[in-house]
Amino acid sequence: MAALRRVLAVSQGHLVQWNHTAWRSFTTSACMTRMTKTESAKPEGTFHVTMIPGDGVGPELMHSVKEVFKAANVPVEFDEYHLSEVQNMASAEKLEEVVNSMKLNRVAIKGKIHTPMEFKGELASYEMALRRKLDLFANVVHVSSLPGFNTRHNNLDLVIIREQTEGEYSSLEHESAKGVIECLKIITREKSNRIAKFAFDYATKKGRSKVTAVHKANIMKLGDGLFLQCCKDVAELYPKIKFDTMIIDNCCMQLVQNPYQFDVLVMPNLYGNIVDNLAAGLVGGAGVVPGESYGAEYVVFETGARHPFAQAMGRSIANPTAMLLSASNMLRHLNLEYHSNIISDAVKKVVKLGKVRTCDMGGYSTTSDFIKSVTDYLHPAYKH
Amino acid sequence: MAGGFTWRSMVSRLLGGIKQHKPINRTLSSDVHTVTLIPGDGIGPEISSAVMKIFDAANAPIQWEERNVTAIQGTGGKWMIPLDAKESMDRNKMGLKGPLKTPIAAGHPSMNLLLRKTFDLYANVRPCVSIEGYKTPYTEVNLVTIRENTEGEYSGIEHVIVDGVVQSIKLITEDASRRIAEFAFEYARNNQRSTVTAVHKANIMRMSDGLFLKKCREVAEAYKDIKFNEMYLDTVCLNMVQDPTQFDVLVMPNLYGDILSDLCAGLIGGLGVTPSGNIGAHGVAIFESVHGTAPDIAGKDLANPTALLLSAVMMLNHLKLHEYAKKIQTACFDTIKAGKTMTKDLGGNSKCSEFTNEICQRIKDLE
Repeated sequence: MAALRRVLAVSQGHLVQWNHTAWRSFTTSACMTRMTKTESAKPEGTFHVTMIPGDGVGPELMHSVKEVFKAANVPVEFDEYHLSEVQNMASAEKLEEVVNSMKLNRVAIKGKIHTPMEFKGELASYEMALRRKLDLFANVVHVSSLPGFNTRHNNLDLVIIREQTEGEYSSLEHESAKGVIECLKIITREKSNRIAKFAFDYATKKGRSKVTAVHKANIMKLGDGLFLQCCKDVAELYPKIKFDTMIIDNCCMQLVQNPYQFDVLVMPNLYGNIVDNLAAGLVGGAGVVPGESYGAEYVVFETGARHPFAQAMGRSIANPTAMLLSASNMLRHLNLEYHSNIISDAVKKVVKLGKVRTCDMGGYSTTSDFIKSVTDYLHPAYKH
Repeated sequence: MAGGFTWRSMVSRLLGGIKQHKPINRTLSSDVHTVTLIPGDGIGPEISSAVMKIFDAANAPIQWEERNVTAIQGTGGKWMIPLDAKESMDRNKMGLKGPLKTPIAAGHPSMNLLLRKTFDLYANVRPCVSIEGYKTPYTEVNLVTIRENTEGEYSGIEHVIVDGVVQSIKLITEDASRRIAEFAFEYARNNQRSTVTAVHKANIMRMSDGLFLKKCREVAEAYKDIKFNEMYLDTVCLNMVQDPTQFDVLVMPNLYGDILSDLCAGLIGGLGVTPSGNIGAHGVAIFESVHGTAPDIAGKDLANPTALLLSAVMMLNHLKLHEYAKKIQTACFDTIKAGKTMTKDLGGNSKCSEFTNEICQRIKDLE
């Protein structure tokens, strides 16, 4: 009974938030119009972006982004917030600060906030709490092979869209009898419809031809069944886009055998987590695939496979490719097309030439070598 | 615990023998094992007879007891497997099963699920080993996935709370988690494997997967000769496609096992070449091929019996008939390595019978 009440509370809370944010969108638009509250007057046209470095190599990757932005004269200012569970730097107030900053800036760049496994009473991690507070419901990972960097599967181009606010990640767990634990997976029609619509809109906008819904409705007939039904219903509204369904285990097998058959994939939370990582692995790992999370109001740019990579911390071996590409996507989102292009071109050029590679790509270069190389290629017209 | 396990299975086997009171033609030697064979549907009968033929050629001390399995409805509308099949399995403890079709909308649960429940088959074991001669982008894969088969996301408990809100319950219990962890370590020890990796998502499902992980850690304490690792499911997926050689034995809850075992099968070439075994309580075990019934090529002598054959080899190893197992496996792998006689799905042009004969010939040559 308690669980039921909690579930209702979750969905109601969500409704309230939705109305609230919808109302906001009419009154405030882009962050360009933001009033600078700081003492010094910033140059006209500077964008403010919230930066959450996170754990592990996150701060190093953010440093790379700052270096490259500086070299490219990108008119972006970062508001940095350190939120970390493992370093005891997370608290409700800190989270509130980040959320407030996001409300002003609407755009953030973020590393992974590591979640310690030990259960200390709080079931939801800060990573999840942030996602829920900002209602970042859609995680988009565009997996594409980088020219010049050969892996087992080349010329891949697929997009994974993941619902990331409900499902297995609802943090509703309890011990119903000693040694028996129930974990609730919540699937709602509202959120399933929302993510399905997002996927089809994305496919339409990006000129893609097929959406595949990934599920396990043969076992979870009601839960995943509802998700699947929602996808089917939404698919009817988009006759130009082909619609297909696939069971998650088969999908994973197909991904390693013939990944070329996929275009846009849409799926519930946990499966998305699995497929994101799997697909990132196909093109070279967590260090090369950018990702982003969308809510109705906010966008967070991050890496596609979210790992803190703590064992590499401070060793200057992390691969900043993913974060830089993500940062470049962020600039495109801010309509800084020119800056976005020079950065992504420079990163791709460094990868393609293959002289400077970090160890995950089979090279011996350090993170700073890579950054140096990228900044060298920022203005090819002058230097080469 | 392991001692208790074998002791129990021996007792039940003895009791089974006493209870029967009927002449069994197992008089040749006590070494002949009777195995219940469920040929299955579609290509099932073809590949089953291929396996029988190969076993004959190898003189494996196995006697087959064929049983057909279709779901029947017992009293009170409860779905069950036919009594003669159940009785045969109860007596033999050992089964080999081809693919079974699950008719959609027939109203009964899948036969595989029914078998799993009837015999309490709690562990699903799938060794994935790269096959030389059958090229995939991944080489030198050599790992085993062990999946908890009775609870987790597949508990089947779901309900609609209010219209449009569904709650599915994932159930993790202490007993089942300990049982699968013990099985995994025991398996690693018996099969000369060095590492067991527990795959989990305890950062998100802190209590349920947390419990699973805790039990794995506890059991690991008792197996100091086996290395123990723990890894997040997403990290495993990421690393699996980058370098699968780093993994050895993987143990995990139901859904993760379902996904990872198919993913690993994909690494070595798909379900057509991946064997699988289901281990139950009281010494019951059913070995099976996990591919589909392939109704489009059924009866055309085109099917590939490799998965069922390798499952049968797993069974021989389970029965400690290692010599026969080795012989048959070598013949099978050599045939594929030679690349002359291969079925269509392996990239060849031969019929199932030709492939089978080639393996039989190689077994004779080995002797």
